[in-house]
Amino acid sequence: MAMEKQNQEPRIGFYVCHCGTNIAGMVDCAEVAHHVGTLPNVVMSKDYKYMCSDPGQELIQKDIAAHGLNRVVVASCSPLLHEHTFRGAVEKGGLNPFFFHMVNIREHDSWVHTDRQEATEKAKALAQAAIGRVAHHKALETKRVDINPTTLVVGAGIAGIHTAMTIANAGKQVVLVEREPTIGGHMAKFDKTFPTLDCAACILTPKMSAAGAHENIRLLSYSEVTKVDGFVGNYKVTIKRKPRYIDEEACIGCQDCIPACVFKTPKFADEFNEGLGKRRPVYIPFPQATPQIVAIDPNVCLNFKKGENGDRVVSDKCKKTCVEACGDKDAIDFTQTERFEEIEVGAIVVATGFQTYDATRSPSYGYGRYDNVYTALEIERLVNASGPTGGHVVMRDGKSEPKSVGIIHCVGSRDKKTNAWCSRVCCMYSMKLAHLLKEHTNAEIYNFYIDVRTPGKGYEEFYGKLLEEGVHFIRGRVGEVTDWAMTPEEEGKLVIRVEDTLAGMVRRIPVDMVVLATGLEPQKDAQDVRRLFNMSCGSEGFFLERHPKLAPVNTFSDGIYIAGACQGPKDIPDTVAQAGAAAAEVLALIDKGYVEQEPNTAFILEDECSGCKSCIPLCPYTAILFDEKTDKAWINEALCKGCGTCVGSCPSGSIVQNLFEDQEIFSEIEGVLAYD
Amino acid sequence: MTREWKPRLVAFFCNWCTYTAADLAGVSRLKYAPNVRVIRLMCSGRIDPQFILEALAKGADGVLIGGCHPNDCHYVEGNYKMLRRFQLLKRMLQDMGIEEQRVRLEWISAAEGDKVRKVVNEMTEALQALGPLGLPGRFEEWDREVEHLAATVQEKEAAGCACGAPAEPRDTEVAHV
Amino acid sequence: MSKPKVAFYWCASCGGCEETVVDLAEDILGVVEKVDIVLWPVAMDFKYQDIEAMADKEIFATLLNGAIRTSEQEEMAALLRRKSQFLIAYGACAQMGGIPALANQFSRDQILEFNYEKCPALDNPQKTRPTLSLQDDGRNPHLPEFRNVVRTLDQVVDVDYYIPGCPPTPNLTKAAFEALLSGNLPPKGAVIAPDIALCDECSRKATKPTNVAFTEFKRPHQALADPDLCFLAQGMVCMGPATRSGCGAACTSGNMPCTGCFGPTSRVRDQGAKILSSLCANIEARDEDGINQTLAGIPDPVGTFYRYGLAKSILRRRVDLNMTASGK
Repeated sequence: MAMEKQNQEPRIGFYVCHCGTNIAGMVDCAEVAHHVGTLPNVVMSKDYKYMCSDPGQELIQKDIAAHGLNRVVVASCSPLLHEHTFRGAVEKGGLNPFFFHMVNIREHDSWVHTDRQEATEKAKALAQAAIGRVAHHKALETKRVDINPTTLVVGAGIAGIHTAMTIANAGKQVVLVEREPTIGGHMAKFDKTFPTLDCAACILTPKMSAAGAHENIRLLSYSEVTKVDGFVGNYKVTIKRKPRYIDEEACIGCQDCIPACVFKTPKFADEFNEGLGKRRPVYIPFPQATPQIVAIDPNVCLNFKKGENGDRVVSDKCKKTCVEACGDKDAIDFTQTERFEEIEVGAIVVATGFQTYDATRSPSYGYGRYDNVYTALEIERLVNASGPTGGHVVMRDGKSEPKSVGIIHCVGSRDKKTNAWCSRVCCMYSMKLAHLLKEHTNAEIYNFYIDVRTPGKGYEEFYGKLLEEGVHFIRGRVGEVTDWAMTPEEEGKLVIRVEDTLAGMVRRIPVDMVVLATGLEPQKDAQDVRRLFNMSCGSEGFFLERHPKLAPVNTFSDGIYIAGACQGPKDIPDTVAQAGAAAAEVLALIDKGYVEQEPNTAFILEDECSGCKSCIPLCPYTAILFDEKTDKAWINEALCKGCGTCVGSCPSGSIVQNLFEDQEIFSEIEGVLAYD
Repeated sequence: MTREWKPRLVAFFCNWCTYTAADLAGVSRLKYAPNVRVIRLMCSGRIDPQFILEALAKGADGVLIGGCHPNDCHYVEGNYKMLRRFQLLKRMLQDMGIEEQRVRLEWISAAEGDKVRKVVNEMTEALQALGPLGLPGRFEEWDREVEHLAATVQEKEAAGCACGAPAEPRDTEVAHV
Repeated sequence: MSKPKVAFYWCASCGGCEETVVDLAEDILGVVEKVDIVLWPVAMDFKYQDIEAMADKEIFATLLNGAIRTSEQEEMAALLRRKSQFLIAYGACAQMGGIPALANQFSRDQILEFNYEKCPALDNPQKTRPTLSLQDDGRNPHLPEFRNVVRTLDQVVDVDYYIPGCPPTPNLTKAAFEALLSGNLPPKGAVIAPDIALCDECSRKATKPTNVAFTEFKRPHQALADPDLCFLAQGMVCMGPATRSGCGAACTSGNMPCTGCFGPTSRVRDQGAKILSSLCANIEARDEDGINQTLAGIPDPVGTFYRYGLAKSILRRRVDLNMTASGK
């Protein structure tokens, strides 16, 4: 730290700016300049009309040469406005730009006070603080950090796919990680999309296969990120590759193994179809899955048994007819185990999506108790031509079609007892499902809503169309769904009890099928993911953007972006727009090639650190590490964002923050109080 | 004190929320008491309790700490760290005889220029009502009881023994082998 | 050639520091061999007049322990300052006020009232209080004046070096003597102990996890301390991270948390504020109620964080106490 320059006697030049009359109108600038001129270390003190103008800046440069200044203080506007300008002027004058300090006598003084004498006194006090402070300033350097041009996209729903494709199309490398065996996310499960009613698969699956085949995208399905180290431009990410017991290189996607399985009929709940369909132990989630590679589920495959610690281990007890069917492709590999792969990337986009509200948390709606209460996502599969019933809407008995359906909105949304927020998509998808159910079954459809929210292009028109189709809308929060009949017509039906707030009466509406429009909520492991990527969550648990309006896809960690419903409930158009925004941020970062860092980072005095570790848990960026070899803590400067929390907390005063050293602040305190 | 006493308020504001809010108050031309002197830090988490004590000891009548609202900290959770320190510091200052109203923590977001005005005015009024803390003066007063020490010693010495060697100038580089 | 003269003196303190000199054991012989002890009231008989009779700076070094509370202590401190080339604040009380400085939470009136009127173990029906002088059968004894404020040595006279500790350890004392006698001296004003916090030499250091988040604070009598685990990891307030090392981690080795007697490092102005900052920042709770619930385990922050350092802290003394004239 001991650079020659820093040991020089301070020779401070002070300038007070009139800012036209903005400052001079309320502060006697000449008096401030005179007062500061009497302070120790100050070799010249001037007032000038516009310091930020070119002549003002040149004045500083000339004086540095003429008076041998080695420190400069300017009292003018807010440093948030012109600190950069004056640092530049100081640098042009041949000094390190950090031998500068700025005093805010406009926003914090002349503009907010009405007594000229008081305002002048205040300006003197603030200037005196800066004079005391700047004497302790040190020469600092802004660091440039190169950016690794590869990007990691986590989660391959529509948000992740769109982000990855956009970046890849710009010619940059992308690693796309998805924890399920196929990409596609929730959108792949949808039948049609509102309000246009175009088929979800028709618009999504071409994008999925394009992403899978893109020369700039490396797709890692059935994989999870387990560790993230590093900092903007230079992240080291560990990815867990879960065993699918299939050699991904060898499998050609012929799916001959599936019918060859010793289980002649599918008998295990099929996750992709929300458990409404069945699959075999060897399966592909759905026909257009990407990658087109099967997976074997060790929990049900006969060739596995329960090991000592509950894990599944190979038993080799099965006839392995699948292996036979695979033949010389030899793609089935029961010996596969979890593998960990480390990759290096410069930027990360987190697009981990949402989960739907667990309807059993609202027991009064009967989900899980009454067979014919469904979640909306189940209905998506049920009306889907490639779904478990081939698009034939039948109830859980497998044969009867519903003649009447009640769709309950806001299940797990807009409810202080569950989730307080509006999930934004339920009104629209409920109406879409109402339309589809009516189209498939011609049933009477009742929507139970609190408010119908249609804030999107063509959405309100879609609502109008539904009303014309004769779908019933009943305004009121449903009290309960029950099978307890009070009249003969209610026998064998599910009765929806609701206060119809428009009619002003409590109604009982018997239906055959109930659909719960479950809301969107953060993924179960959102908190773990948040910590993994050093992000924050809002109080509801969705990832927090840096600024809700001006930085909606940035996070507080540089180089880490968010897109899609992991940031908050949103529909497909908004998700895609946000995914594009995230891609643009990534491209802006990697195209520049480097980042410059404000040198207000903290560092630990190695000889003085006792290794007490008190600072380590305080850093939200895990920039403080414990070196087992030296038995001391150290700060990874590239990760440090310069908040100074560790500095304020170090019990032995062994952490220093550049630009905000203890001594600098103590001098400032003394300065603001010295002048009476 | 030559002039009429006016409360002196030192404020530590975080760069991202409260300092920006004070800038906004300026841009909006809101008017508030001129007694406050703002010291900018990057985060309220940087505010070392030593700074607060030092400000009081150097003559502040009150200290105001401004940070981002919970969940809004630019550095994720620096404001919680300050809140935790503040809770105990407040109690400790009371044990040291400093009135609770003299040190205040406020969450002021970048959008709340008016809250800066309101809080500064409230605090200035509260300090005006409390009167000066005046610690530099109190320290001086405390130490007046030892002021005449040197003279007393000399007196005693002269009375007790006349053979004391005359005082030499202090030798700073003595070192025995 | 005469040997360098050394003085030991005792002001407001318990005598533990003197004990350390004795604890040098046979090493004391080495010291005694090289120096002449000219004043050591606790062990040898000298008269103050002998000191007064000396030339200025005739004493090579004085090790003065104890805080300064009375006028007599002030006078002795000033006298010894004049007669010594090096005046060394020896021990926590001389350096920072020590335990006696906890009295800076009370006014002189409160203290005298308690000690001469309210103390339950007292038998003083006339409520007699000490007076500065009285006439007693033709004699006129004088008592020193009891000051309003407990002071560190350097708040009364100029101090050259500090040897910290309650009490300082024999090793540090020996090292200080060696430095003094060899002339190999640190810059004036230095504390002669490593400028690094205690954890550096604490045997429990490795057991401190990197993710401490306090949910409660326990005082040593409230729990059976694990003999190996870092006290902070057990939720016990340990001043170690905010306290200079050099004691050989004596307390933590004896299964007691550090209470801070070596004072802060050179980079810290206020030891109590710093440990407060560190402990509080690492509390787990984020809401005021939760935070205060955790902090309920520190019922007396001043007594806990400034056990030895109140007189030397930034505020020095409870600020709203009045100053009273001495009772004459």
